[in-house]
Amino acid sequence: MCLGIPGQIVGIVDEDRQMAMAEVSGVRREVSVVCVADGPLETLIGTWVLIHVGFAMSRIDEDEAARTLEALRELGEAQEALEAMAAGAAALEGRA
Amino acid sequence: MRYVEEFRDPQAAKSLLSRIAATADAIGATRAKPVHIMEICGGHTHAIFRYGLDRLIHEGVEFIHGPGCPVCVLPRSRVDECVLLAERSEVIFTTFGDAMRVPGTRKSLIQAKAEGADVRMVYSPLDALELARRNPDREVVFFGLGFETTTPSTALTIRQAAREGLGNFTVFCNHITVPPPIRVLLEDPHMMLDGFVGPGHVSMVIGTHPYDFIARDYGKPIVVAGFEPLDLLQSVLMVLEQIRDGRAEVENQYARVVPEHGNPVSLAAIADVYEPRPSFEWRGLGEIDASGLRIRDAYRAFDAEVKFAIGYGAGPRAVAEPEGCACGQVMTGRIKPVACPQFGLGCTPEMPLGALMVSSEGACAAYYQYGGARAASQVQEPAE
Repeated sequence: MCLGIPGQIVGIVDEDRQMAMAEVSGVRREVSVVCVADGPLETLIGTWVLIHVGFAMSRIDEDEAARTLEALRELGEAQEALEAMAAGAAALEGRA
Repeated sequence: MRYVEEFRDPQAAKSLLSRIAATADAIGATRAKPVHIMEICGGHTHAIFRYGLDRLIHEGVEFIHGPGCPVCVLPRSRVDECVLLAERSEVIFTTFGDAMRVPGTRKSLIQAKAEGADVRMVYSPLDALELARRNPDREVVFFGLGFETTTPSTALTIRQAAREGLGNFTVFCNHITVPPPIRVLLEDPHMMLDGFVGPGHVSMVIGTHPYDFIARDYGKPIVVAGFEPLDLLQSVLMVLEQIRDGRAEVENQYARVVPEHGNPVSLAAIADVYEPRPSFEWRGLGEIDASGLRIRDAYRAFDAEVKFAIGYGAGPRAVAEPEGCACGQVMTGRIKPVACPQFGLGCTPEMPLGALMVSSEGACAAYYQYGGARAASQVQEPAE
Protein backbone atom coordinates (compact mmCIF):
# COMPACT_ATOMS: atom_id res chain seq x y z
CA MET A 1 0.00 0.00 0.00
CA CYS A 2 2.87 2.38 0.73
CA LEU A 3 5.07 1.48 -2.20
CA GLY A 4 4.04 2.48 -5.69
CA ILE A 5 4.23 0.01 -8.56
CA PRO A 6 5.41 0.98 -12.05
CA GLY A 7 2.96 0.77 -14.92
CA GLN A 8 2.80 1.98 -18.50
CA ILE A 9 -0.11 4.08 -19.75
CA VAL A 10 -1.59 2.23 -22.73
CA GLY A 11 -4.88 4.02 -23.36
CA ILE A 12 -7.31 6.72 -22.32
CA VAL A 13 -10.54 5.65 -20.60
CA ASP A 14 -12.26 8.92 -19.71
CA GLU A 15 -10.74 12.32 -20.51
CA ASP A 16 -13.27 14.11 -18.30
CA ARG A 17 -12.53 12.06 -15.17
CA GLN A 18 -8.81 11.87 -16.08
CA MET A 19 -8.86 8.07 -16.15
CA ALA A 20 -6.42 6.03 -18.22
CA MET A 21 -5.64 2.37 -18.77
CA ALA A 22 -2.32 1.22 -17.37
CA GLU A 23 -0.50 -2.04 -17.84
CA VAL A 24 1.20 -3.32 -14.71
CA SER A 25 3.23 -6.50 -15.13
CA GLY A 26 0.89 -7.62 -17.89
CA VAL A 27 -2.27 -6.77 -15.93
CA ARG A 28 -4.51 -3.97 -17.16
CA ARG A 29 -6.08 -1.64 -14.66
CA GLU A 30 -7.86 1.72 -14.82
CA VAL A 31 -5.90 4.42 -13.04
CA SER A 32 -6.40 8.10 -12.37
CA VAL A 33 -3.78 10.27 -14.05
CA VAL A 34 -4.92 13.57 -12.54
CA CYS A 35 -1.67 13.93 -10.56
CA VAL A 36 0.64 13.51 -13.56
CA ALA A 37 -1.38 15.04 -16.40
CA ASP A 38 -0.41 18.36 -17.91
CA GLY A 39 -2.21 18.77 -21.19
CA PRO A 40 -4.17 16.34 -23.37
CA LEU A 41 -4.14 12.78 -21.98
CA GLU A 42 -3.02 11.23 -25.29
CA THR A 43 0.43 12.61 -24.60
CA LEU A 44 0.65 10.21 -21.64
CA ILE A 45 0.33 7.08 -23.77
CA GLY A 46 3.55 5.09 -23.58
CA THR A 47 4.66 6.92 -20.44
CA TRP A 48 5.80 4.96 -17.38
CA VAL A 49 4.35 6.03 -14.05
CA LEU A 50 4.50 4.99 -10.41
CA ILE A 51 1.01 3.92 -9.38
CA HIS A 52 -0.24 4.14 -5.80
CA VAL A 53 -3.61 2.51 -5.02
CA GLY A 54 -5.01 3.33 -8.44
CA PHE A 55 -3.45 6.77 -8.90
CA ALA A 56 -0.44 7.54 -11.08
CA MET A 57 1.69 9.72 -8.80
CA SER A 58 4.92 10.29 -10.68
CA ARG A 59 6.33 9.92 -14.16
CA ILE A 60 9.44 7.75 -14.30
CA ASP A 61 11.69 6.59 -17.12
CA GLU A 62 11.66 3.04 -18.42
CA ASP A 63 14.92 2.08 -16.74
CA GLU A 64 13.68 3.32 -13.37
CA ALA A 65 10.44 1.39 -13.95
CA ALA A 66 12.34 -1.85 -14.63
CA ARG A 67 14.61 -1.48 -11.61
CA THR A 68 11.72 -0.56 -9.31
CA LEU A 69 9.69 -3.52 -10.51
CA GLU A 70 12.63 -5.84 -9.88
CA ALA A 71 13.04 -4.51 -6.35
CA LEU A 72 9.30 -4.84 -5.71
CA ARG A 73 9.35 -8.44 -6.94
CA GLU A 74 12.19 -9.26 -4.59
CA LEU A 75 10.27 -7.72 -1.71
CA GLY A 76 7.12 -9.61 -2.65
CA GLU A 77 5.38 -6.25 -3.03
CA ALA A 78 4.74 -6.61 -6.77
CA GLN A 79 2.81 -9.83 -6.23
CA GLU A 80 0.94 -8.20 -3.35
CA ALA A 81 -0.10 -5.26 -5.52
CA LEU A 82 -1.26 -7.53 -8.35
CA GLU A 83 -3.24 -9.67 -5.89
CA ALA A 84 -4.80 -6.52 -4.48
CA MET A 85 -5.83 -5.43 -7.98
CA ALA A 86 -7.45 -8.82 -8.54
CA ALA A 87 -9.17 -8.55 -5.15
CA GLY A 88 -10.45 -5.09 -6.11
CA ALA A 89 -11.92 -6.45 -9.34
CA ALA A 90 -13.52 -9.34 -7.43
CA ALA A 91 -14.98 -6.97 -4.83
CA LEU A 92 -16.80 -5.06 -7.55
CA GLU A 93 -18.44 -8.27 -8.66
CA GLY A 94 -19.40 -9.10 -5.07
CA ARG A 95 -17.16 -12.14 -5.08
CA ALA A 96 -14.82 -11.06 -2.29
CA MET B 1 19.22 -12.66 0.29
CA ARG B 2 22.32 -12.39 2.48
CA TYR B 3 25.21 -12.12 0.07
CA VAL B 4 26.24 -9.05 -1.75
CA GLU B 5 26.89 -11.14 -4.90
CA GLU B 6 23.12 -11.50 -5.30
CA PHE B 7 22.64 -7.75 -5.69
CA ARG B 8 21.86 -6.23 -9.06
CA ASP B 9 25.27 -4.56 -9.07
CA PRO B 10 27.54 -6.37 -6.58
CA GLN B 11 30.55 -4.17 -7.32
CA ALA B 12 28.66 -0.98 -6.55
CA ALA B 13 27.30 -2.53 -3.36
CA LYS B 14 30.77 -3.63 -2.23
CA SER B 15 32.18 -0.21 -2.93
CA LEU B 16 29.40 1.48 -0.92
CA LEU B 17 29.83 -0.97 1.97
CA SER B 18 33.54 -0.27 2.17
CA ARG B 19 33.00 3.49 2.04
CA ILE B 20 30.37 3.12 4.79
CA ALA B 21 32.88 1.14 6.85
CA ALA B 22 35.59 3.76 6.37
CA THR B 23 33.25 6.58 7.31
CA ALA B 24 31.90 4.71 10.35
CA ASP B 25 35.51 4.13 11.45
CA ALA B 26 36.30 7.81 10.95
CA ILE B 27 33.36 8.69 13.22
CA GLY B 28 34.55 6.15 15.77
CA ALA B 29 31.41 4.02 15.54
CA THR B 30 31.79 0.55 17.05
CA ARG B 31 29.53 -2.35 17.94
CA ALA B 32 29.59 -1.20 21.57
CA LYS B 33 29.02 2.44 20.65
CA PRO B 34 27.12 2.40 17.38
CA VAL B 35 25.69 5.18 15.26
CA HIS B 36 21.89 4.90 15.39
CA ILE B 37 20.13 5.56 12.10
CA MET B 38 16.36 5.40 11.93
CA GLU B 39 14.74 4.35 8.69
CA ILE B 40 11.35 6.01 9.02
CA CYS B 41 9.50 4.08 6.33
CA GLY B 42 8.23 0.53 6.80
CA GLY B 43 9.07 -0.23 3.17
CA HIS B 44 12.70 0.53 3.98
CA THR B 45 12.52 -1.70 7.08
CA HIS B 46 11.28 -4.51 4.89
CA ALA B 47 14.01 -3.92 2.28
CA ILE B 48 16.78 -3.75 4.93
CA PHE B 49 15.82 -7.20 6.20
CA ARG B 50 15.04 -8.67 2.79
CA TYR B 51 18.50 -7.78 1.51
CA GLY B 52 20.24 -8.44 4.83
CA LEU B 53 21.67 -4.91 4.88
CA ASP B 54 21.77 -4.95 8.69
CA ARG B 55 24.18 -7.91 8.48
CA LEU B 56 26.27 -6.65 5.58
CA ILE B 57 26.87 -3.21 6.95
CA HIS B 58 29.68 -2.10 9.34
CA GLU B 59 28.92 -3.29 12.86
CA GLY B 60 29.08 0.27 14.17
CA VAL B 61 25.91 1.19 12.24
CA GLU B 62 22.64 0.19 13.85
CA PHE B 63 19.23 0.57 12.21
CA ILE B 64 16.34 1.71 14.40
CA HIS B 65 13.01 0.94 12.80
CA GLY B 66 10.70 3.91 12.62
CA PRO B 67 6.94 4.39 12.88
CA GLY B 68 6.37 4.53 9.11
CA CYS B 69 4.01 1.60 8.76
CA PRO B 70 0.39 2.80 8.90
CA VAL B 71 -1.00 -0.62 9.78
CA CYS B 72 1.48 -0.92 12.65
CA VAL B 73 0.59 2.38 14.31
CA LEU B 74 -3.18 1.94 13.93
CA PRO B 75 -4.60 1.90 17.48
CA ARG B 76 -6.97 -0.83 18.60
CA SER B 77 -9.73 1.72 19.18
CA ARG B 78 -9.79 2.55 15.46
CA VAL B 79 -9.91 -1.14 14.49
CA ASP B 80 -12.86 -1.51 16.90
CA GLU B 81 -14.61 1.35 15.13
CA CYS B 82 -13.96 -0.28 11.73
CA VAL B 83 -15.58 -3.46 13.04
CA LEU B 84 -18.57 -1.54 14.38
CA LEU B 85 -19.05 0.09 10.98
CA ALA B 86 -18.60 -3.20 9.14
CA GLU B 87 -21.18 -4.91 11.33
CA ARG B 88 -23.94 -2.49 10.33
CA SER B 89 -26.30 -4.31 8.00
CA GLU B 90 -26.53 -1.47 5.48
CA VAL B 91 -22.75 -1.09 5.17
CA ILE B 92 -20.33 -2.49 2.62
CA PHE B 93 -17.00 -1.91 4.37
CA THR B 94 -14.10 -1.59 1.95
CA THR B 95 -10.45 -1.68 2.93
CA PHE B 96 -6.91 -2.24 1.73
CA GLY B 97 -5.99 -5.87 2.38
CA ASP B 98 -3.18 -4.90 4.78
CA ALA B 99 -5.68 -3.83 7.43
CA MET B 100 -7.71 -7.03 7.49
CA ARG B 101 -5.71 -8.87 10.15
CA VAL B 102 -4.93 -6.02 12.55
CA PRO B 103 -6.27 -7.09 15.93
CA GLY B 104 -8.91 -4.96 17.63
CA THR B 105 -10.21 -5.35 21.16
CA ARG B 106 -12.98 -7.71 20.11
CA LYS B 107 -11.92 -8.89 16.70
CA SER B 108 -10.16 -8.05 13.46
CA LEU B 109 -11.90 -7.17 10.20
CA ILE B 110 -11.16 -10.63 8.85
CA GLN B 111 -12.94 -12.14 11.85
CA ALA B 112 -15.86 -9.76 11.36
CA LYS B 113 -16.06 -10.84 7.72
CA ALA B 114 -15.99 -14.52 8.71
CA GLU B 115 -18.92 -13.81 11.02
CA GLY B 116 -20.98 -12.34 8.20
CA ALA B 117 -20.06 -8.66 7.94
CA ASP B 118 -19.82 -7.40 4.35
CA VAL B 119 -16.12 -6.53 4.29
CA ARG B 120 -14.44 -6.29 0.92
CA MET B 121 -10.77 -5.89 0.12
CA VAL B 122 -10.16 -3.34 -2.60
CA TYR B 123 -7.03 -2.14 -4.36
CA SER B 124 -8.04 1.49 -4.64
CA PRO B 125 -10.57 3.90 -3.12
CA LEU B 126 -11.80 4.19 -6.72
CA ASP B 127 -12.99 0.57 -6.40
CA ALA B 128 -15.01 1.59 -3.34
CA LEU B 129 -16.48 4.51 -5.28
CA GLU B 130 -17.51 2.17 -8.08
CA LEU B 131 -19.14 -0.15 -5.50
CA ALA B 132 -21.16 2.82 -4.25
CA ARG B 133 -22.32 3.59 -7.80
CA ARG B 134 -23.36 -0.02 -8.34
CA ASN B 135 -25.07 -0.43 -4.94
CA PRO B 136 -27.22 2.67 -4.45
CA ASP B 137 -29.25 0.94 -1.72
CA ARG B 138 -26.16 0.22 0.41
CA GLU B 139 -23.78 2.48 2.34
CA VAL B 140 -20.23 2.03 1.10
CA VAL B 141 -17.57 3.01 3.65
CA PHE B 142 -13.92 3.15 2.63
CA PHE B 143 -11.29 2.72 5.32
CA GLY B 144 -8.91 5.58 4.51
CA LEU B 145 -5.58 4.44 5.90
CA GLY B 146 -2.04 5.49 5.28
CA PHE B 147 0.50 8.29 5.16
CA GLU B 148 0.87 10.94 2.50
CA THR B 149 1.26 8.28 -0.22
CA THR B 150 -2.39 7.23 0.01
CA THR B 151 -3.92 10.46 1.32
CA PRO B 152 -4.16 12.11 -2.13
CA SER B 153 -6.02 9.06 -3.46
CA THR B 154 -8.83 9.33 -0.92
CA ALA B 155 -8.95 13.12 -1.22
CA LEU B 156 -9.35 12.88 -4.99
CA THR B 157 -11.92 10.09 -4.61
CA ILE B 158 -14.00 12.19 -2.19
CA ARG B 159 -13.88 15.09 -4.66
CA GLN B 160 -15.08 12.77 -7.43
CA ALA B 161 -17.92 11.51 -5.21
CA ALA B 162 -18.88 15.13 -4.51
CA ARG B 163 -18.90 15.95 -8.23
CA GLU B 164 -21.20 12.99 -8.86
CA GLY B 165 -23.39 13.81 -5.86
CA LEU B 166 -23.11 10.26 -4.52
CA GLY B 167 -25.06 10.01 -1.28
CA ASN B 168 -23.96 6.54 -0.19
CA PHE B 169 -20.16 6.86 -0.11
CA THR B 170 -18.13 7.83 2.94
CA VAL B 171 -14.51 7.57 4.08
CA PHE B 172 -13.52 6.53 7.60
CA CYS B 173 -10.46 8.73 7.70
CA ASN B 174 -7.35 7.46 9.47
CA HIS B 175 -4.77 9.29 7.43
CA ILE B 176 -1.68 10.29 9.34
CA THR B 177 1.35 12.38 8.53
CA VAL B 178 5.04 11.51 8.82
CA PRO B 179 6.68 14.60 10.39
CA PRO B 180 4.80 14.87 13.78
CA PRO B 181 5.87 11.48 15.21
CA ILE B 182 9.46 12.21 14.18
CA ARG B 183 9.34 15.36 16.30
CA VAL B 184 7.96 13.30 19.21
CA LEU B 185 10.82 10.82 18.86
CA LEU B 186 13.37 13.62 18.74
CA GLU B 187 11.89 15.17 21.90
CA ASP B 188 12.13 11.85 23.76
CA PRO B 189 15.07 12.09 26.21
CA HIS B 190 15.67 8.31 25.93
CA MET B 191 16.02 8.43 22.18
CA MET B 192 19.57 8.14 20.86
CA LEU B 193 19.12 8.81 17.17
CA ASP B 194 22.02 10.19 15.14
CA GLY B 195 20.32 10.51 11.76
CA PHE B 196 17.46 9.47 9.53
CA VAL B 197 16.80 7.73 6.25
CA GLY B 198 13.69 9.53 4.99
CA PRO B 199 10.75 7.90 3.18
CA GLY B 200 10.82 7.81 -0.62
CA HIS B 201 7.26 7.61 -1.84
CA VAL B 202 5.83 9.80 0.92
CA SER B 203 8.36 12.43 -0.10
CA MET B 204 7.31 12.08 -3.73
CA VAL B 205 4.02 13.64 -2.54
CA ILE B 206 5.22 16.12 0.11
CA GLY B 207 8.71 16.97 -1.15
CA THR B 208 11.72 17.38 1.12
CA HIS B 209 10.96 20.63 2.97
CA PRO B 210 8.64 19.12 5.62
CA TYR B 211 11.82 17.55 7.06
CA ASP B 212 13.70 20.84 7.40
CA PHE B 213 12.97 21.00 11.14
CA ILE B 214 14.93 17.77 11.73
CA ALA B 215 18.14 19.39 10.54
CA ARG B 216 17.39 22.97 11.61
CA ASP B 217 15.84 22.45 15.07
CA TYR B 218 17.41 19.16 16.14
CA GLY B 219 20.71 19.17 14.29
CA LYS B 220 20.19 15.70 12.79
CA PRO B 221 20.92 14.65 9.20
CA ILE B 222 18.19 13.14 7.04
CA VAL B 223 18.54 11.64 3.57
CA VAL B 224 15.42 10.82 1.54
CA ALA B 225 16.01 7.39 -0.03
CA GLY B 226 14.77 5.04 -2.70
CA PHE B 227 14.19 1.47 -1.64
CA GLU B 228 16.52 -0.52 -3.85
CA PRO B 229 19.42 -1.87 -1.77
CA LEU B 230 21.91 0.44 -3.49
CA ASP B 231 19.67 3.42 -2.72
CA LEU B 232 19.62 2.48 0.94
CA LEU B 233 23.37 1.94 1.16
CA GLN B 234 24.04 5.21 -0.63
CA SER B 235 21.69 7.02 1.75
CA VAL B 236 23.29 5.52 4.85
CA LEU B 237 26.66 6.65 3.51
CA MET B 238 25.31 10.18 2.98
CA VAL B 239 24.00 10.27 6.58
CA LEU B 240 27.35 9.06 7.91
CA GLU B 241 29.26 11.62 5.84
CA GLN B 242 27.10 14.39 7.29
CA ILE B 243 27.85 13.13 10.81
CA ARG B 244 31.56 12.89 10.03
CA ASP B 245 31.61 16.45 8.64
CA GLY B 246 29.49 17.87 11.45
CA ARG B 247 26.70 18.81 9.01
CA ALA B 248 22.93 18.48 9.54
CA GLU B 249 21.07 18.81 6.24
CA VAL B 250 18.10 17.47 4.33
CA GLU B 251 19.52 15.61 1.34
CA ASN B 252 17.65 13.85 -1.45
CA GLN B 253 19.18 10.60 -2.69
CA TYR B 254 15.97 9.75 -4.58
CA ALA B 255 15.76 12.89 -6.71
CA ARG B 256 14.90 10.81 -9.78
CA VAL B 257 11.44 10.31 -8.23
CA VAL B 258 11.18 12.89 -5.41
CA PRO B 259 10.78 16.54 -6.47
CA GLU B 260 11.92 19.12 -3.93
CA HIS B 261 8.40 20.56 -3.63
CA GLY B 262 6.43 17.31 -4.01
CA ASN B 263 3.45 16.73 -6.26
CA PRO B 264 1.39 19.94 -6.52
CA VAL B 265 -1.90 18.30 -7.60
CA SER B 266 -1.75 15.86 -4.67
CA LEU B 267 -0.88 18.55 -2.16
CA ALA B 268 -3.72 20.78 -3.37
CA ALA B 269 -6.23 17.91 -3.12
CA ILE B 270 -5.08 17.05 0.42
CA ALA B 271 -5.36 20.70 1.51
CA ASP B 272 -8.81 21.02 -0.08
CA VAL B 273 -10.38 17.92 1.50
CA TYR B 274 -8.51 17.44 4.80
CA GLU B 275 -7.43 19.46 7.81
CA PRO B 276 -5.28 18.41 10.79
CA ARG B 277 -7.07 16.94 13.79
CA PRO B 278 -6.11 18.49 17.13
CA SER B 279 -4.48 15.15 17.92
CA PHE B 280 -4.56 11.52 16.82
CA GLU B 281 -3.71 8.30 18.62
CA TRP B 282 -0.76 6.18 17.44
CA ARG B 283 -0.31 2.65 18.67
CA GLY B 284 2.78 2.60 20.87
CA LEU B 285 3.24 6.38 20.77
CA GLY B 286 -0.05 7.64 22.20
CA GLU B 287 -1.83 10.85 21.18
CA ILE B 288 0.28 13.12 18.97
CA ASP B 289 -0.71 16.71 18.25
CA ALA B 290 -1.76 17.51 14.68
CA SER B 291 -0.57 14.11 13.43
CA GLY B 292 -3.81 12.93 11.86
CA LEU B 293 -6.17 14.33 9.26
CA ARG B 294 -9.94 14.72 9.25
CA ILE B 295 -12.37 15.60 6.50
CA ARG B 296 -13.21 19.31 6.26
CA ASP B 297 -16.76 20.55 6.85
CA ALA B 298 -17.22 21.26 3.14
CA TYR B 299 -17.03 17.48 2.55
CA ARG B 300 -18.72 16.31 5.78
CA ALA B 301 -21.34 14.39 3.77
CA PHE B 302 -18.51 11.99 2.90
CA ASP B 303 -17.20 11.60 6.46
CA ALA B 304 -18.12 8.23 8.00
CA GLU B 305 -17.40 9.60 11.49
CA VAL B 306 -20.09 12.25 11.00
CA LYS B 307 -22.61 10.05 9.19
CA PHE B 308 -22.42 7.16 11.67
CA ALA B 309 -21.58 9.19 14.82
CA ILE B 310 -18.43 7.24 15.55
CA GLY B 311 -14.83 8.01 16.33
CA TYR B 312 -13.31 11.12 17.88
CA GLY B 313 -15.81 13.04 19.95
CA ALA B 314 -18.23 10.09 20.09
CA GLY B 315 -16.98 8.48 23.31
CA PRO B 316 -13.99 7.66 25.53
CA ARG B 317 -10.90 6.88 23.52
CA ALA B 318 -8.31 5.09 25.61
CA VAL B 319 -7.93 1.39 24.89
CA ALA B 320 -5.01 -0.39 26.55
CA GLU B 321 -2.54 -2.46 24.57
CA PRO B 322 -2.87 -6.23 24.91
CA GLU B 323 -1.22 -7.85 27.94
CA GLY B 324 2.50 -8.42 27.45
CA CYS B 325 2.65 -6.62 24.08
CA ALA B 326 5.75 -4.44 23.79
CA CYS B 327 4.93 -2.77 20.46
CA GLY B 328 5.29 0.66 22.04
CA GLN B 329 8.82 0.04 23.25
CA VAL B 330 9.83 -1.54 19.96
CA MET B 331 8.34 1.36 18.04
CA THR B 332 10.37 3.91 20.00
CA GLY B 333 13.57 1.89 19.53
CA ARG B 334 13.93 1.05 23.23
CA ILE B 335 13.98 -2.68 22.69
CA LYS B 336 14.48 -5.04 19.76
CA PRO B 337 11.47 -7.09 18.62
CA VAL B 338 13.04 -10.31 19.93
CA ALA B 339 13.18 -8.81 23.44
CA CYS B 340 9.38 -8.71 23.57
CA PRO B 341 8.17 -11.59 25.78
CA GLN B 342 5.47 -12.44 23.24
CA PHE B 343 7.74 -12.46 20.15
CA GLY B 344 7.29 -15.72 18.25
CA LEU B 345 5.28 -17.20 21.12
CA GLY B 346 1.99 -15.42 21.72
CA CYS B 347 2.59 -13.21 18.68
CA THR B 348 3.37 -14.53 15.20
CA PRO B 349 2.48 -13.30 11.70
CA GLU B 350 -0.24 -15.98 11.57
CA MET B 351 -1.73 -14.96 14.95
CA PRO B 352 -0.53 -11.41 15.62
CA LEU B 353 -1.03 -9.94 19.07
CA GLY B 354 0.52 -6.58 18.26
CA ALA B 355 0.36 -4.60 15.07
CA LEU B 356 4.11 -4.72 14.35
CA MET B 357 3.70 -8.42 13.59
CA VAL B 358 0.89 -7.89 11.08
CA SER B 359 2.38 -6.11 8.10
CA SER B 360 5.49 -7.14 6.18
CA GLU B 361 6.58 -3.55 6.84
CA GLY B 362 6.37 -4.01 10.61
CA ALA B 363 9.66 -4.45 12.47
CA CYS B 364 8.50 -7.58 14.30
CA ALA B 365 7.23 -9.32 11.17
CA ALA B 366 10.48 -8.45 9.39
CA TYR B 367 12.52 -9.87 12.28
CA TYR B 368 10.34 -12.95 12.35
CA GLN B 369 10.64 -13.57 8.64
CA TYR B 370 14.28 -12.71 8.08
CA GLY B 371 15.82 -12.27 11.53
CA GLY B 372 17.23 -15.73 12.18
CA ALA B 373 20.19 -16.27 14.40
CA ARG B 374 21.56 -12.76 14.48
CA ALA B 375 18.23 -11.39 15.66
CA ALA B 376 18.19 -13.85 18.54
CA SER B 377 21.77 -12.91 19.47
CA GLN B 378 20.80 -9.26 19.60
CA VAL B 379 18.40 -9.62 22.51
CA GLN B 380 19.10 -6.79 24.84
CA GLU B 381 17.64 -5.28 27.94
CA PRO B 382 15.44 -2.20 27.72
CA ALA B 383 17.49 0.97 27.76
CA GLU B 384 15.60 2.44 30.72
